[in-house]
Formats: sequence, structure tokens, C-alpha cells
Amino acid sequence: MKFGTEIVALGLFAFVALVAAGFGVDEPFRQHMWVLFFLLLGFVIVLLRNTSFAPAASVDPSAYMDGPIRYGAIATMFWGVVGMLVGVVIALQLAYPDLNIEPWFNFGRLRPLHTSGVVFAFGGNALICTSMYVVQRTSRARLFGDNLGWFVFWGYQLFIVMAATGYLLGITESREYAEPEWYVDIWLTIVWVAYLVLFLGTILKRKEPHIYVANWFYLSFIVTIAMLHLINNLSMPASLLGSKSYSAFSGVQDALTQWWYGHNAVGFFLTAGFLGMMYYFVPKQANRPVYSYRLSIIHFWAIIFLYIWAGPHHLHYTALPDWAQTLGMVFSIMLWMPSWGGMINGLMTLSGAWDKLRTDPIIRMMVMAIAFYGMSTFEGPMMSIKAVNSLSHYTDWTIGHVHSGALGWVGMISFGAIYYMVPKLWNRERLYSLRLVTWHFWLATLGIVVYAAVMWVSGIMQGLMWREYDEQGFLVYSFAETVAAMHPYYVMRAVGGAMYLAGAVIMTWNITMTILGYQREEEPMPASIPSLQPAQ
Amino acid sequence: MGLMDKHAIIEKNATLLLVGSLLVVTVGGIVEIAPLFYLDNTIEKVEGMRPYSPLELAGRNIYVREGCYLCHSQMIRPFRDEVERYGHYSLAAESMYDHPFQWGSKRTGPDLARVGDRYSNEWHVQHLIEPRSVVPESIMPSYAFLKDTAIEVKDFSTHLIANRRVGVPYSEDMIAHARDDMIAQADPNANTSELEGRYPKAKLGDFDGNPQQVSEMDALVAYLQMLGTLVDFKTYDEAAGYR
Repeated sequence: MKFGTEIVALGLFAFVALVAAGFGVDEPFRQHMWVLFFLLLGFVIVLLRNTSFAPAASVDPSAYMDGPIRYGAIATMFWGVVGMLVGVVIALQLAYPDLNIEPWFNFGRLRPLHTSGVVFAFGGNALICTSMYVVQRTSRARLFGDNLGWFVFWGYQLFIVMAATGYLLGITESREYAEPEWYVDIWLTIVWVAYLVLFLGTILKRKEPHIYVANWFYLSFIVTIAMLHLINNLSMPASLLGSKSYSAFSGVQDALTQWWYGHNAVGFFLTAGFLGMMYYFVPKQANRPVYSYRLSIIHFWAIIFLYIWAGPHHLHYTALPDWAQTLGMVFSIMLWMPSWGGMINGLMTLSGAWDKLRTDPIIRMMVMAIAFYGMSTFEGPMMSIKAVNSLSHYTDWTIGHVHSGALGWVGMISFGAIYYMVPKLWNRERLYSLRLVTWHFWLATLGIVVYAAVMWVSGIMQGLMWREYDEQGFLVYSFAETVAAMHPYYVMRAVGGAMYLAGAVIMTWNITMTILGYQREEEPMPASIPSLQPAQ
Repeated sequence: MGLMDKHAIIEKNATLLLVGSLLVVTVGGIVEIAPLFYLDNTIEKVEGMRPYSPLELAGRNIYVREGCYLCHSQMIRPFRDEVERYGHYSLAAESMYDHPFQWGSKRTGPDLARVGDRYSNEWHVQHLIEPRSVVPESIMPSYAFLKDTAIEVKDFSTHLIANRRVGVPYSEDMIAHARDDMIAQADPNANTSELEGRYPKAKLGDFDGNPQQVSEMDALVAYLQMLGTLVDFKTYDEAAGYR
């Protein structure tokens, strides 16, 4: 029977959720278990409606498995729009606090929904689907395990929905970027191990002698995230039928463990994984080999070794011992070098193909991504210098920095990869419209510039106002005055974010029409070689 | 054969690549984090630190649940302006029983590490219900629902036990009286001598203006009112505490 095991397993799982919904010790947990129960019930119903007793059709073992990748591309766009929309909403809440709707839609509950939505739902789906795409094509092997790819995809979506609904219900560990509670963490661990087996298994059965460089980055991202997630989320539940748990570590140890995790969520989730994307899709789209093989070796080992040390720069001048702060600062500054090595390797891949910047908006998007990668990996080490950090810490400058990396690098390189993959995955001749890609490019780029510039200015202003003294030696501003001064910047920031969101909505339209098989009738992009004009 | 050529060995062996990269990424964490667990001078020696009372812990759980740390830090840095604005810079010892830590990374609102005793209970309740009625510039959301939500006191001792399992020194006595202590701390008519023995300096009384029930507002205000009040800085030796 098709889906027989899946239906039984999901049915049992749903029953367990129902029992937990009945016997849970706290109200949010009971509500959360009802959510889980209905989700699983939905899965079971869908599977039951699609089951059949016909013997399974044999699968061609040499063909690539693209089903989960197609779903993953759609999920990436869906979660991207959702996550960015929540971002615009919370940006507006900071400007207009009456937009908070207690208790479910207060800023404190929505903000983790935004960060997890864009980092783990949008970024995570982009990473999972592109890694499945890249590993098959560079290994010339079908994904390992019959339906493991599907398990990873659906298991990860379940994680996202459970984490997101949990935040709204008030189920959170309140440790930045590691907010989901213990039982959601355990589920992610299972899915992540399956992902590692899927990825490594596919590499092991490759028909190419060498493992392609993009796969080094993807593999190190998967294994490092597993390590970080496991150690950082060690916690003690108050009850096995309750949502609340207490972190295994306390105070200063908890702080450094958390930022060791937190900074490497940036380093490995948002950097190493997306560098894997860069190393495959940029050469493909530019139709050029990677600039330097040697540089990619140095880049890989240097970046994974150095990144892991950088966490303490989030804790400058706190109660963390000075030696750890200094160590974190030194390694953060050193990190500048491999980061720019990678940027150079990516940019120089376009040698001999620079004219494509004029004609190919997808390449333009990828190049802008690498440029933003370079900018934010310069800004980051600079902000990790203790003297700079004494001003920038606790201000919106940090938020601006994160967004120049997240919107500029992570967002743009993902968009580029999706634009590249979608026509191939659905066997379409080309995208619905390249003109719309250009629109997306400019809206996104201008949106980031507005966002980041506003946050730089307001962040520095905020830091300076906090520490301003008058000639008599008194603090000039009360805290409330510094809050009031932020208002115009918060409004402008929301505008920048809305522009970026508008670009993503245009992309969703473009991708949807491509999948449906339409081609927009439009003036073609200018050819790469200008047509010759007869001499006058 | 150059070093770069030898790299081909790793490129052809997925297991080597996996193990190699895992080893490379573990180094930093081991060197930076592990010593914090055994170096004696990581946490200063201070007087006055004690585990949270059950009501304070329940309040802290609400603080955690609502994501207050996203806008409020609890970590005063040793700068002139911060010390004048918020009080003595924060010590590691002051968060030694915090599972999880709530130092925060952003100050959309002011630091709360020493907000205890700065405002009256009435001010806090009013501020949480309608922030702009007391601070016109505030952009904080309203938390009026806390006052109408009764706290779940049943089985609260399991929370103390979970904390003890991760290292907070809750005694048998504290665990056995968790429920009673929680109710007594918010009841202006209760006999609190035992409670005060177990949790010195605990703030007592009806916090939210409604003595009929222990609400989430009671718990949160009890927590806010004790923040930063435990350590006695008159006896703290700054030179000995420097790390």
C-alpha cells in the first residue's frame, strides 16, 4: 500500500499529540498540542486521499530526485514573503506602538516569528532545496534513501510551523535565534540528522571522483549546525507534558554558549551554506569556472576554523571575562580575511563575463549579493572592535548590520539561485519575465540601501545621545527622549523593508507564472554584443 | 607534492571531509567556553545572591515568555554614562542563577538590571497596562492581560526541581513550600516570616492592587522589583572581583 507506513506513523503521532493536548500541565502547551494534532491529522487525510493499492511504479535509479526540490523552492518563496511581511509589521509597531495587539501579536512575540521566519524558514528552505539540487548534479547521483528527501522537507516544515505557532502562544526559551522549546528542538534534531544522512549518503554514492567545493560548504554547514543546536539547546523541562524548560547553563556560561551558537547561526547557517550556493550557481549562471581552486581551499578551511571563535564579540564589556572578549575580538578581525577571500573568488568568477551584468539581471543579483557580503563582512569585524562596539552595542546599528548581510547577501543570492533553478526544475524554456527580475533587483537594492543607511544613522545617533554630557557634567538626554528621537527613522526603516518585500512579491508572481508555464511578451533584454550600426 | 595537491585526498573522501571539518569547528568553542566552567575567577564572590522565590521565578518566566529581552537588556556596562543612568555595572554573579540568562542585545527600552525599587508597584502596574499613560514617548506594547490572568500555582514545585537539576541550590524546604510561598508573597495578610527566611530581601505584599488572586501581573512586578537588589555593594571588593 502506498504511504502505508507513513499513514500509520503519522496517525500514532497524532494520537500522542491528542493525549498531550488533554493532559498537558500548562495552557500554552495544551494549545500547542492541539495545533500539532490538527496538523498531523491534515497530513494523514491528505495521504489517505492519495493512497493506492497498485504496485509501486519502479523508479529510475539514475534520474535525479527533484520533487522535494520543487516543493522546497515554493516553500522558500512562501516563507520568504511571510517572514518579510512580519518584519514590516514589527518595524511599523516600533514606529506606531498602537499596532501591538496583545497578547498574541505583541512585538515580543512577533519578533522571533520574523527572525525565525526569514532565517530558518526562508533561508533554511533555500539551503535545503539548493543543497539537494547541487549535491545530485555535482555528484551525478540520485538523492540517497528512497523518500528521505521528502521526510526532510516535510519534517522541516513541521518544525517551522510548530516553532512559529509556539512563539505566538508564548512558548519560547528567549535565547536569541534558538527560541523554540525543548520538544520542538528534539524534533529539529531528528530532521537535521536525517538531512545529514541524506546529504552525506548522496555524496558517498557519487560517480564523480572529487567532491565539488560547494558540497564542502554545505556539509560543514549541516554538521556544524547539528553540533551548535545540540549543545546550545540542552535544557531541563519542568514537566514532560509542559512547554517550559530551563537552560542547562546559567548566566555567563549560558551567555557565551548562546552567542557561540548565535554568531555561528550567522557563520554557518547564513554564510557557509550560502557560500555553497555561491560556488555552484554563480559559475553556472555566468558560465565560467570558479576563479581560483586554491583560493577556495584556503577560503573553506580558514572560514570554518575562524568563524566559530567570534561569538564573544556579542558580549563586549559585559560580565564575560575580559580574556574571552579579547579573544573573540581578535578572531573576529581575522575573519575579515577569509571572508574577503571568498568574496574575491565569487566576484572574479565573472572575469571575462562582466558584460553579463548589463544583460542578465540574475547575474546582477548574484553580484550584488556578493558585494553586500563583502560590505557586511567588513562592517562586522569593525563593529567587533571593542571601542567601536562600546558605541554600537545595544543600538539599531547592529540591526542595520544584520540586515545588510541578511537582505543583501542571503536574500539576493537565494533569489538568484531560485531564478536559476525554477525554469530547469519545471522544464521551462525561460522565466516568465526577465524585466520583472530587473524590477525586483532595483526594489530590493534600493530597499536595502534605505534600510541600512537609516539604521546606521539612527544607531549612531542613539549611541551618542545615551552618552552625551553637558558642560556641568550631567547626562543631557533622558532615555525617553532618545526613544522619541528614533521615530522618523523607524518610519523610514519600515519603508525600506516594504520596498524589499515588494520585490519579493514581484518575484513570487514571476516564479508562479513560470511554474504555470507562461512567458510574458516583452521587449528582450539588450543583447550582450551590441548590434553593429552601419557607418554614416 | 605540494600541500594543495594533498588536499585532493580529502576531496575524494567524504568521511575525511566530514571528520576534518567537525574537528576544525570544535576548537574555538572548546578553548573559549570550557574554561568558563572551571576557572574560579569567572564569577565574582559576592554576598546576597539567592535563588528566585517561587513568585519571582514565575514572574521571570513571564518576562521570558513575552520576549522582554528583545528590547530591554539586563547588563550594565562599566561606562560612566551607563553607571550614572542605571547603577553599578553588572556582575557575573548577579546572573548566576539565571536559566536562561537575559542580558539581551538591544536597548529599544532602558536597561532593567537594577530596576528593582526604582518605581512603586502602582507605577509598574499602570505602566504595564498602558505604557504611554506614564511615559508619553514610550513605544512599549500594552500588557493589560497579565492582570486578568491568574497564575498557575499548581505543581509549581516542578519548576524549582527542574532548576535544581541544572544547578540552582533550591533546598528541600524551598521545594516543599513552593506553592505556599508563592501565595504568601502576594498576600498582604500572610505570615511571611518563613518565606523571608528562605528568600531574604523578597518584596512582599499585593502587587497588582487585587488581593483576591495571584495574577501574572503580581508575579512580573515581584520579579521587576527585586532586579538588581540582592547584592550588597557596600561589601563588594571591586579589585578582588576584577577579571
